[in-house]
Amino acid sequence: MTDTRYLAPQTLDEAVSAFAAAQGAARILAGGTDLLVQMRAGVATPGLIVDIKKIGEMNRITENADGSFTVGAAVSAVSLADHPRFGTVWPGVLEAVNLIGSKQVQGRASPGGNLCNGSPAGDSVPAMIAAGAVVTIQGPNGRRQMPVEAFPAGPGKTNLAPGEILVSFTLPARPAGSGDAYLRMIPRTEMDIAVVGCGVSLTMKDGVCIAARVGLGAVAPTVMLVEDAAKALIGTRLEPAALAAAAAACSAACRPINDKRGTIAYRTKVAGVLLKRAVAIAAERASRS
Amino acid sequence: MSKMHVSTTINGEPMEFLCEAHDSMLDALRGPLGLTGAKEGCGTGDCGACSITVDGRLICACLMLAVESEGKSLGTIEGMSQGGDLHPLQRKFLEMAALQCGICTPGVLIAAKALLEHNPNPTETEVRFGLAGNLCRCTGYDKIVRAVMETAAEMRGAA
Repeated sequence: MTDTRYLAPQTLDEAVSAFAAAQGAARILAGGTDLLVQMRAGVATPGLIVDIKKIGEMNRITENADGSFTVGAAVSAVSLADHPRFGTVWPGVLEAVNLIGSKQVQGRASPGGNLCNGSPAGDSVPAMIAAGAVVTIQGPNGRRQMPVEAFPAGPGKTNLAPGEILVSFTLPARPAGSGDAYLRMIPRTEMDIAVVGCGVSLTMKDGVCIAARVGLGAVAPTVMLVEDAAKALIGTRLEPAALAAAAAACSAACRPINDKRGTIAYRTKVAGVLLKRAVAIAAERASRS
Repeated sequence: MSKMHVSTTINGEPMEFLCEAHDSMLDALRGPLGLTGAKEGCGTGDCGACSITVDGRLICACLMLAVESEGKSLGTIEGMSQGGDLHPLQRKFLEMAALQCGICTPGVLIAAKALLEHNPNPTETEVRFGLAGNLCRCTGYDKIVRAVMETAAEMRGAA
């Protein structure tokens, strides 16, 4: 078996140079809930493991002066849940993150890892897309940012360039009257992979929806932003006709697979159903914010 | 292959061990450290039989690298009884026969302890969700859930 080296750098620069120098033989370790399983199965045989949890920026949740949040790529689900403010401002993102695995898994698993794993069914990703989160990436050529919806490239694939590392998510400031929600369909109540996942973020003013974003998961090769669904909601009072139009837009955006968890027809229908339910929850939260 | 030297604290005791970079914490516990209370059920984080705490946080030892324990404080089932006195959860599990074969029991106890520390007065639903990461193929869970609820009540009464 090949020799594996382990490195736990204190700085991002150190991590990036070691990761880039390994030229694809290295893997980033945050919570390890995907990586260690892949190593055990022999799917991943990294020559170098770069543990990013000792890097301050990667492990921090910051509520910025302008009201935005920056969440480091290695922040665990439990840390996010324990934060005194995050779940108040972004309850939908938090409920999505808290659906990933058991309490044990949540003690380690991070939204950053969930995104980098590239699963079309990652639960935190539709909620992050709905939130309008932007990711910061650092690589040998410096820093860049991209919206979360531009990050996945296909099942298990991302748009990270060689040597690049996901550093953090930034979730924008929340105007008054905003709320978000995430719902997923699974055949049981806990510990399963989404058949469909739907994240919704809304801003309401005087009963009218003035901003909306919708993210859909597990119904296409990547998690995606559904702009047509948002357009169907903006400018309405979320009356039944608007919800029906937004649900139809969600179903129209679906390009799912048939598998043991759900058929194409089922996933396509459920995407619209979840949209309506998630909008109702997000709107109720918006009315209290 | 050169082994890595790790200094950690387990159940309050400073410990040192050698491991390979790819070894899991469960490998180290059950191997060089000789602490075999944490079991390997699945090795993929699904069954919870290897549940331990790291700096007070519940995790699966199979999903953590052994080298990551450097400088951390770990809690395992071997540290749950104090000076020969069983933890109230351990006593209640015996009294109520909340186990059959026992393979899942160390993990269930560690997870239940973490649950009650976080939430001393859980509903049955909260107990079931809190222990969703611990699989038991014998009991059907009912006795486990009832034992945790009874222990919680007893511990609240004693507090």
